Amino acid sequence: METDKTEIAFTTAGLTKVYGEGSATVHALRGVDLQIPQGELVVLLGASGSGKSTLLNILGGLDQPSSGQVSFFEQNLSRMNDADLTLYRRDHIGFVFQFYNLMPSLTARENVELVTEIAENSLSPEEALALVGLSERMDHFPAQLSGGEQQRVAIARAVAKQPRVLFCDEPTGALDSTSGRQVMEVLQQVNRELATTVVIITHAATIAGMADRVIHFADGQIRKIDLNDQKTLAQNLVW
Amino acid sequence: MRMLTGLSPLDRKLLRDLWRMKGQALAIALVIALGVLMLVMMNGLVRSLEDTRTAYYERHRLAQVFAPLQRAPQSLLARVAVLEGVTAVAGRVTGSALINIHGQPLPLSAQAVSLPDRGEARLNDIYLTSGRRPDPSHEDEIILLQDFAKAHGLKSGDPLSATMHGARRTFRIVGLAQAPEFLYSAAPGEFVPDDARFAVIWMSQSALAAVYDMNGAFNQLLLGTSAGSSLPAILDRVDTLLEPYGGLGAYGLADHVSNRFIEEEISGLRVSSRTVPPVFLAVAAFLLNIVISRMIQSEREQIGLLKAFGYRDIEITLHYLKFIFVIAVGGALIGCLLGVISGRSLAQVYQSYYKFPFLLFQVDPMTFLIGVLVSILAAAAGGMVVLQSVFRLTPAVAMQPPAPADYSRSAALASFLKRFLDQPGRMVARRLLRQPGRAAGGVIGIAAGMSLAVAMLNVMSAFDRTLELSFSLIDRSDLSVSFVESLSDKVLYELQSIDGVIEVEPVRTVAVLFSNGQHSYRGAITGLPPAVRLNRALDVRQQTIPMRSEGVVLGTALADILQVKPGDMLSLDVREGRQPQLQVPVTGVADTLIGSPAYMALGSLNRVLREPNRVSGAYLRIDSAKQDTIYRQIKALPAIAGVSLKQEAREAFQTLIDTSAGAVRYLMAAIAGVITFGIVYNSARIAFAERARDLASLRVIGFTRGETAFVLLAELGIITLLALPLGGLFGYFLVFAISEGFSTDLYRVSAVFVPQSYGIAALAVIIAALLSGWLVKRDIDRIDLVSALKVRE
Repeated sequence: METDKTEIAFTTAGLTKVYGEGSATVHALRGVDLQIPQGELVVLLGASGSGKSTLLNILGGLDQPSSGQVSFFEQNLSRMNDADLTLYRRDHIGFVFQFYNLMPSLTARENVELVTEIAENSLSPEEALALVGLSERMDHFPAQLSGGEQQRVAIARAVAKQPRVLFCDEPTGALDSTSGRQVMEVLQQVNRELATTVVIITHAATIAGMADRVIHFADGQIRKIDLNDQKTLAQNLVW
Repeated sequence: MRMLTGLSPLDRKLLRDLWRMKGQALAIALVIALGVLMLVMMNGLVRSLEDTRTAYYERHRLAQVFAPLQRAPQSLLARVAVLEGVTAVAGRVTGSALINIHGQPLPLSAQAVSLPDRGEARLNDIYLTSGRRPDPSHEDEIILLQDFAKAHGLKSGDPLSATMHGARRTFRIVGLAQAPEFLYSAAPGEFVPDDARFAVIWMSQSALAAVYDMNGAFNQLLLGTSAGSSLPAILDRVDTLLEPYGGLGAYGLADHVSNRFIEEEISGLRVSSRTVPPVFLAVAAFLLNIVISRMIQSEREQIGLLKAFGYRDIEITLHYLKFIFVIAVGGALIGCLLGVISGRSLAQVYQSYYKFPFLLFQVDPMTFLIGVLVSILAAAAGGMVVLQSVFRLTPAVAMQPPAPADYSRSAALASFLKRFLDQPGRMVARRLLRQPGRAAGGVIGIAAGMSLAVAMLNVMSAFDRTLELSFSLIDRSDLSVSFVESLSDKVLYELQSIDGVIEVEPVRTVAVLFSNGQHSYRGAITGLPPAVRLNRALDVRQQTIPMRSEGVVLGTALADILQVKPGDMLSLDVREGRQPQLQVPVTGVADTLIGSPAYMALGSLNRVLREPNRVSGAYLRIDSAKQDTIYRQIKALPAIAGVSLKQEAREAFQTLIDTSAGAVRYLMAAIAGVITFGIVYNSARIAFAERARDLASLRVIGFTRGETAFVLLAELGIITLLALPLGGLFGYFLVFAISEGFSTDLYRVSAVFVPQSYGIAALAVIIAALLSGWLVKRDIDRIDLVSALKVRE
């Protein structure tokens, strides 16, 4: 690890998020202090409802914290308005969701174009799809692809604009083990080859084996952070 | 790399989404199309009729001023020609005639009109449709009104027997013609034209003058006037000039019978075109608003996703606006196209009814623009509101399916619901209670559609009421006879003595100019005998209004035109006999739906004319078994100007309201039906689209198809049932607006409460709901359980 030289991509301080009011109040985050260095592959591990998705949404500019600070390099995300957040997402962030969230009426290639269309320095859709091993199926609609293939299209879509950070929310949650392993391989490859910071949310502890850094989450708080010296290759993950 | 089409991925998404939703997109587009159709059709129709009429009048030089008189020498024309504002002058001979057609039991009324011996008429020329103009050296040559000839199978070369000036003559038809002054020509004493029962005979001036002893003279003066000249001033000067020659009062084109009827028909249409289509368009716009907003609501997750990628609100808005525009503009264009087509065919119905020799179909481009703009605005407004509400959510929230709606507010109802409803029933009840706004939208939408149907059906029934009141209650006779001039009432005994005549009731009709301040009307007063039985003035409770010795009773329409009520004074300028001018009180208003009649006691009328015991016609009730012999004897009576059978008059009126304006009504009723169906069907489709996943879940946990369908269809059913009374209520108010729009001075459509129309409209809504339910049920049965649960769009 070269943590000494590495820049810090994300810094949070006292981050909280409260949903709802009165008796229906939910404290999704209860004061999170965290640093994520640039270029790492980070796994956020925790049970359902532990607040890890909320943290990811805030880091990704999809949601605003109730209080606390969050910054991306020099930019203070917690002070950004809606338009600034839009630009932030457009320029720096890629997302991969559990249910792929492809546009059903667009082909694989067109789903990727949806992002390259508005990004400045993007890979071509073909390059991006080649990266995830789907060159042969570019003109298929989501309904014609398997779950694993759909998720790889989603990854191609996310990485095509060469984001600095890739956020993946339960990327293998809806997949069988073989497809899941393929998806993790692609993510590891992206992290290595494009030097993209990859943040993966999961509740599957085995995935932690491939991370530089594993953040354990529970009840809206960080319980502990493990640094991994012996990273496993994704293809060797035991499901 | 872009695909060959060069479209952006969002535009491709747009096209594919449109294709996927083509059924619903088309249904929405059609509703818009119908609203726009109505607008374009009605405006086009009105404009075309106006333009055609104007062009027809100009081409055949219709006079601006008409002045009937007893007799004046041709030399007088030179003095008229120099009057200020007069650009053309013509004097012609006219007279009444009776035509005897073999096989017709009764003589048919006709008007004889002279044409110049040489060349075309300077004013009021004819439109010769076949044959040639009469040769003045052959006194028996005539031109016959084309549609009368057609009705009796007459053609050029045929002989025609007619009684003129008391003598029976045989003529030869040399041509057939139409004329702008006889666009709408009814027999004397009748309101509604009937091709078969009224003719115009044109003859050369010298031949007709010989018949009526008018050599070197004329009895009708026609004037063309310059634009900007003062009509009242010209009328005054002409009246002064003609006074020594038995002038009966000059009048302008606006008071010419044929033109007045056409004008009233067109202005009636004009009012309809301003009141009815906006209502249709508003209902369509409202529906569009609801449908679009719910459609965009269902795209919420995709909108969230686009935001997550970094698309700006404005980019997403433009994307959905394009979607809306395609549907709205598509619908509006279909509507414009259909509007032109149906406007044109309706105009052709009018053309043939009013016998315009040609038709200029014109559409106001402004109408297109209004139709398209209203559609876009309504659709865009519906979309914008929802987009704004989605934009207010953070992308993280928008991307998730909406949180389960909070049904806890209806928890208090739980025990109540539990007692009476099973589980699916409770789901339906809770959903309706939880989202009353959405349910209300559906209810109001369906009710709005139904109200259109109620109003149109009601108006159609109101026409039947007009017929019933006029031809069964007011007029209880079998036939009426009119004389060429007023006769001594001894003629009544002659009529009474005919075998089979049960009852004879005298009547005297006198041409009168009514005026109250600046309101005036050229009409007639009908003198009624004291114990009136056959032709009556009725009040709104359908009781006979007794005639007082002083004063007049006015029909509803006339009272409106003159702006008078019982107790007001009215000036009467009698245009017959010694032409007295009177001030009389209005003693009552009679409930009349056809024409603008006025009534007086017969005795009083004769007294002011100083012509005691005179009648101008009679109403008869006869024994129908003896009608042939009765007709024959009436035919033999001298001085008969016309005989009109009530049954025929009623049929002619029925034809009038069925063909011209009637065609518009039927079309509107049909459109109201389609819009109603469109609303119900769209409501069902949207409800299904919103709940497909829920329904699939129900199927997965073991509900049968029937039980699953119940959850959706019961909701639809309840919304439909709630809409019925509301639609009736809306319809009740809409009836007033629409029936006002359809009323003309010729006939009125009363806003009456017709229970059947509510029943039929409700039935139509129920049928539409059943049909829509059935269509949606098929889709529920076909739900793919696995994919409906898996795919998160």
